[in-house]
Amino acid sequence: MSTILSLPDQTTARIPKRNYLNNENGLLSWLLTGDHKRIAILYLISITFFFFIGGALAGLIRLELLTPQSDLMAADTYNKVFSMHGIIMVFLFLVPSVPATIGNFLIPIMVGARDLAFPKINLLSWYLYVIGGCLTLWAMITGGVDTGWTFTTPLSTHYLNTNVVTAGMAIFIAGFASIFTGLNFIVTIHRMRAPGMTWFKLPLFVWSHYAASILMVLGTPVLAIALVLVVLERTIGIGVFDPTKGGDPLLFQHLFWFYSHPAVYIMILPGMGVISEVISTFSRKRVFGYSAVAFSSVAIAVFGFFVWEHHMFIMGVSNYSTLIFSLLTMLVAVPSSIKIFNWAFTLYKGSITFETPMLYAFGFMGLFTIGGLTGVFLGASGTDIHLTETYFIVAHFHFVMVGGMLMAFLSGIHFWWPKMTGRMYPEKLSQLAAVVTFIGFNFTFFPQFLLGMLGMPRRYAAYPPEFQVLNVFSSAGASILGVGYLLPILYLLWSLKYGKIAGNNPWQATGLEWQIQSPPLTENFVEIPIVTQDAYDYEWLERQKEREVTQVG
Amino acid sequence: MDSPTAALHEGTHAEHPSYQRHHFVTMAQQKESASFGMWLFLLTEIMFFGGMFTAYLIYRNWYYAAFVAGSHTLSIVLGTTNTAVLITSSFTMAMGVWCAETRRRGGLIVSILLTLALGLVFLGIKSVEYHEKWVQHHVPGLRFDAMTFVHPHAEPGQAAEPPLSLDMAEHTEVYFSLYFAMTGMHALHMIIGMGLLIFMLIKAIRGAYDNGNIAFIENFGLYWHFVDIVWIFLFPLLYLISRHQ
Repeated sequence: MSTILSLPDQTTARIPKRNYLNNENGLLSWLLTGDHKRIAILYLISITFFFFIGGALAGLIRLELLTPQSDLMAADTYNKVFSMHGIIMVFLFLVPSVPATIGNFLIPIMVGARDLAFPKINLLSWYLYVIGGCLTLWAMITGGVDTGWTFTTPLSTHYLNTNVVTAGMAIFIAGFASIFTGLNFIVTIHRMRAPGMTWFKLPLFVWSHYAASILMVLGTPVLAIALVLVVLERTIGIGVFDPTKGGDPLLFQHLFWFYSHPAVYIMILPGMGVISEVISTFSRKRVFGYSAVAFSSVAIAVFGFFVWEHHMFIMGVSNYSTLIFSLLTMLVAVPSSIKIFNWAFTLYKGSITFETPMLYAFGFMGLFTIGGLTGVFLGASGTDIHLTETYFIVAHFHFVMVGGMLMAFLSGIHFWWPKMTGRMYPEKLSQLAAVVTFIGFNFTFFPQFLLGMLGMPRRYAAYPPEFQVLNVFSSAGASILGVGYLLPILYLLWSLKYGKIAGNNPWQATGLEWQIQSPPLTENFVEIPIVTQDAYDYEWLERQKEREVTQVG
Repeated sequence: MDSPTAALHEGTHAEHPSYQRHHFVTMAQQKESASFGMWLFLLTEIMFFGGMFTAYLIYRNWYYAAFVAGSHTLSIVLGTTNTAVLITSSFTMAMGVWCAETRRRGGLIVSILLTLALGLVFLGIKSVEYHEKWVQHHVPGLRFDAMTFVHPHAEPGQAAEPPLSLDMAEHTEVYFSLYFAMTGMHALHMIIGMGLLIFMLIKAIRGAYDNGNIAFIENFGLYWHFVDIVWIFLFPLLYLISRHQ
């Protein structure tokens, strides 16, 4: 395996004396910071915390499903465990994962600005996230929620005696964190670009965050009002979703999925941005069909708003609307596959190297493709009737969200770790972690496709004994996957102190973020750069290096 | 979209005012970002109210008779007065923005006080209307009785409303749910807005806007007009259903 890790001279690299990490000291300087990089770190710590809580709950689910009977926990406890797993993973990990951490850190630098447009709103966003997270934990400690992450009415409004109101308010508040992040990104990308940084010179990472931000800004408020109505229905019984009073429970699902389907693109689009950067850097080639990839992000955002009803095909919606939503659902596959094909063409005849971010990116491409194609099965209303509410759907969205998004998140964290901390992670160990994650993931979730085809329903603590073999496979895989996730947290923490000094541009990448010191200054740039080069212009990078050498010489 | 670049070239010669934040290159960029951000926020507000307007659209089509009967219990006089009050408050707010732009501190303070007072009048009238609903047992969930729609009483000097079937009469609860959810959410926005008005009032008295740093006032003006426009939609949808009968 050839590596470009040693290209810049590591022996002379030093951690810069002044950077955003040591600019100010003390806890308060972090808690009251307006610096987008510090807020990104705050977010990174908090989402990692919630990821491990959600992961522990997933471990409990897999442990319970090891045997056909419900023996580890009572059936209603199991309901609470999978509900909390879903709520925490979706709202407190996946939605903010890449945008609020890597995106927050990089968007201003990539567009050539000193900070996001609204630093205080950015900090407010983190506080809202923390309040939402604490309320969720409070709901969990004081008895949990067992509606599933979807808060489906009338189950959530009439039949359950658990903390729906607390959890609903938690998600309402966390939703505003997401709105503010998206709003900040859109304004920054529109108004804060450096001189010469035109839209088509922006890295694709910025394009995909732009598309995701549109979804956050337009979708999340609808979730907010849906949750407010659920809370009002539960507390004073206003009747909007209550069939006995003339309300329609299905209306809740329309409002909920109007956000929650675009939400899956909020989750995946920033991940796709990471993959574009990583694939280009480690193939030493400009992303094939740059503008097609850029516009496919926007197309996903637009189509994403018109497919929500495919979550409700079996719930009594009209056949004609099923027909139309089925067609629109298939259309989303087009921009998604434009991305996959363009990445594949970027690899073609590139000088590919296999650093850890690239391994995760390969994992993403494979698993996301499987996850996406099985989505077409579910979008076709005929097969959907057989497969929905079974483990097939569980496997499908875990392939997209865990196999896709989490791989992209880890890819991005490894890729930009040297920029964030100034130090390298241990390469061999992290390659091992990437491979372990990939193997563990497939062991966990591939059997679930088969279980779903055989008809095992989701959300039950017990199942017929003939399904046990595949479930044992899945649970065993989950333990491998767990190791795959524990490894990075251990060696990344280790690298904070003992990692090799990275230098400015360890990957020889072309983005603006790699042309400044690592870790960056609080103000990012000493002087706002004037951008003349295209994105992913490796020849420009070579010329820059030559010029530096001649200047030093 | 080249404005940041253009603004940069202008700004290289201009002095930076003290209130320019460190991460903006020029004052023009800061101002544009703030108002663009505000417009985006208003877009999220449209989506927020949009959920309730969707619910309204569906249920009004399903239970049209109940919506007519429910609508006719509202006082058209109070509703119209409130509409006038709110439009006037939008005018005083616009005057406030103009006074701030032309650096008239006295005018700004008066405008904010007037806007605040009109906001209070609106909420006062609204609470009278809410109280009336409470007395008439028209508060869904808490205190609701549909029988007045099955056996309507004739007001003195007016013909009685046509009676509804029991089934349809019960669906007036959906109408009143939406009435309270929509006007309540609107009133909540007014209350938040009035809190911000008081904040601005204190700052204006201290002379914080005399240096021309009035982005906050301008953007608050947008918010206040937005809340006003929401009411402009709520008034006909809730009060004026089939009034020609």
